[in-house]
Amino acid sequence: MWRYLRYAVPVAIFVAIGLFFYRGLNLDPNYVPSALVGKPMPKFSLPTLTDPDATVTSDALQGKVALVNVWGTWCVECRHEHGFLVQLAQAGVPIYGLNLRDDRASAMSWLATLGNPYVTSGFDPQGVAAVDWGVTGAPETFLIGRDGNVIFKHISPMTPQVWRRDFLPLIEEQCRAGGCEFLAAAGGR
Amino acid sequence: MIPEIGQFALVLALCLALVQATLPLVGAWRGRPEWMALARPTAAGQFVFVAIAFGILEYAFLTDDFSVEFVAQHSNSALPAFYKFTAAWGGHEGSMLFWITVLAIWTMAVAAFSRSQPEEFVSRVLGVLGIVSAGILAFALLTSNPFLRLLPAVADGNDLNPLLQDPGMIIHPPMLYLGYVGMSVPFAFAVAALLTGRLDKNWAKWTRPWTVAAWVLLTCGITLGSWWSYYELGWGGWWFWDPVENSSFMPWLMATALLHSLAVTERRGIFKSWTVLLAIGAFSLSLLGTFLTRSGVLISVHAFASDPTRGLFILGILGLFCGGALLLYAFRARHLEAEGGFKLMSRESFLMANNILFVIATASVLLGTLGPLIITALGLGTISVGVPWFNIMFLLSMLPLVVLLGVGMHTAWKQMLAGPLLRRLRWPAAIAVVVGVAAPLLAYGATSALTIVAVAAGVWVCASALLDPVRKLVLRTGAPLTRGHLGMCLAHFGVGVFILGATMASAFKLETDVSAKPGDTVKAGGYEFLFRGVHRVQGPNFVADEGEFELRRDGKLVTVLTPQKRVYRVQQNPMTEAAIDTRPTRDVFLALGEPLGNDAWSLRIQVKPMMNFLWFGSAFMALGGILAITDRRYRQLRQKQTAHAEVVGTA
Repeated sequence: MWRYLRYAVPVAIFVAIGLFFYRGLNLDPNYVPSALVGKPMPKFSLPTLTDPDATVTSDALQGKVALVNVWGTWCVECRHEHGFLVQLAQAGVPIYGLNLRDDRASAMSWLATLGNPYVTSGFDPQGVAAVDWGVTGAPETFLIGRDGNVIFKHISPMTPQVWRRDFLPLIEEQCRAGGCEFLAAAGGR
Repeated sequence: MIPEIGQFALVLALCLALVQATLPLVGAWRGRPEWMALARPTAAGQFVFVAIAFGILEYAFLTDDFSVEFVAQHSNSALPAFYKFTAAWGGHEGSMLFWITVLAIWTMAVAAFSRSQPEEFVSRVLGVLGIVSAGILAFALLTSNPFLRLLPAVADGNDLNPLLQDPGMIIHPPMLYLGYVGMSVPFAFAVAALLTGRLDKNWAKWTRPWTVAAWVLLTCGITLGSWWSYYELGWGGWWFWDPVENSSFMPWLMATALLHSLAVTERRGIFKSWTVLLAIGAFSLSLLGTFLTRSGVLISVHAFASDPTRGLFILGILGLFCGGALLLYAFRARHLEAEGGFKLMSRESFLMANNILFVIATASVLLGTLGPLIITALGLGTISVGVPWFNIMFLLSMLPLVVLLGVGMHTAWKQMLAGPLLRRLRWPAAIAVVVGVAAPLLAYGATSALTIVAVAAGVWVCASALLDPVRKLVLRTGAPLTRGHLGMCLAHFGVGVFILGATMASAFKLETDVSAKPGDTVKAGGYEFLFRGVHRVQGPNFVADEGEFELRRDGKLVTVLTPQKRVYRVQQNPMTEAAIDTRPTRDVFLALGEPLGNDAWSLRIQVKPMMNFLWFGSAFMALGGILAITDRRYRQLRQKQTAHAEVVGTA
């Protein structure tokens, strides 16, 4: 029996891998955003990057329109979006960093040389908070609304196009009541 | 009107591909020569129509036809002409058309250089290539048509991704695609052999040059891509284990194993299952590369397209081609009988180890690339696999491989006694140990055990590879060297050189990020960088801040480095153009970071010893492959075929 069945091992392995792909195809990229978008942002409490004794918690984001950006010095694409994040920060957009699976020294030197767009960065070397946030990789950028809900999630680098196309309209909607001083400087109405 | 002609040409090509995919195969099965005779004309016709379609897409780019959506998305009237030309494969739709064009070229080549192989076999090979072509053509026409119109037309295009506006990008994708798609040829040969149930030494002899050709192109393509990311991405790395890099690297690993397995099949008529499975594997991984980069299953630098329907279609194609081939294997494999045996101490054993280790390496890269996906699919949360994991897993399989490589090259077929083998290898081994320990310690002082082992392994492979050429060309002893053998030596020498480059460049690199103002002198790695200033430069479609730095060593001017920070007008992305001074012994890499205010800039400085060896090593591997293809026995094979064809023709 085995004499003939062993020839079917390769095709069996192939089918198994294929099923994973099929499943993966249906999960990503739709699954993760739908699980979080429209729901309150997951709670977190992390030491800050610059000061291990200080903590940053999800409460810091309550009541304002803000971005949460997942980054790491190991992440190739983070370097691409970094320049644009700095521009956004200069325009006044509050960006909270989630530094993922990194070491403190290289992350700090990265911010020192490339500029620091973050109000503050949570330091998450084990990826604990990242799992709660459904982070699949870096970079990812979340838009948090005034009510503390996740409004939008963008996987892959933030670019001017993505900002104009996906983020600005949603932010304008959030800011109808006023209170987003950065909006004009960041390209919105 | 003209873009519609392009689309029409694609439809005609699909019709011809469908004919090529069916009738010759049925003809070979039922023994109908007139059906088999359709294989070559349909392949030729398909090539003509695909070439027309590709030509028309290029025409649309060069004439700024922004009524074509794909052109509007990926080009701009201010784009320099040669980037307009390369923009045709700078996005998903165009690169699929390019894939098809390359496949048509390979199919034509197979049709042309197989004149006197048995008609029945050639029609099966071309038939299988027709199936592949029909699948991809249907994919392009149904899910990613490059000729779709944009109505009303836009005034100007969205411009090409600035990352892709680089001379390296002109040549890297074509090379990579030629190699990627070239894997369809050994795949077609393998499936044809499974269909007939005949897989002999002659089959291996026919398959081998095609495999080597595709492997050479893949090697060049990957190396160019790595070189491109080294100087274009702006932080001095040359390999990131990025999913897209991995998806070109996995077929390469499989193809390398296939090359070696084919050598055994050609010489000894054994390892047939290995050879067939590796051929199927190499092509499956090429398709998987397309799947990974095109479907949005994994997000990465190069994945311009993210569309689940496309992913599903490619998955279907993958299931059809590879699932079909493996199913065929399941039924036919017992006909693949070994034509001989071998002893433990023989070249066969070493090549078996080679196959196993390459498969393990491929599996670990595959696992690292897809692991996060599998974990998510199982609902176990999300993980990310970092570079350290890849480095360790890869070293675990590659280190034993290169140690065995040096021995295997000098082992005889069938059986060899340990005594003569050890006598042959004592010099390379001695050199490896002495240089491996001495070089890192003497030249660079402190070092780690892994560095010593890796340097010794690199020297060991180089010395072992040079043994035969040195004996023959310098000492004038030993058997005459064929081109095939010389090519093998050169390629293996390249492996050694590559290992040395990779080890030295990563173990003894110096990296610093500093801030400096014009007039400052920064000291790093024994060099002084005098910052002369930053000025504005206007490019055709970008503005750049260009820094000017005098690179000095012991006060003497080495060169002037001019790194740039570009902003492309349309897409407004900042891009870093690093300045690199390359010398045989080291690279000095300087990239301009961000302006820090008060005229100060952040700078990234790297000094990497023997960085060049990486590129030279890969070049030697490719040259070795080319040398092997030109070996006399393949020419003789062709001449014999031609002579045979003439006899048949006159009869």
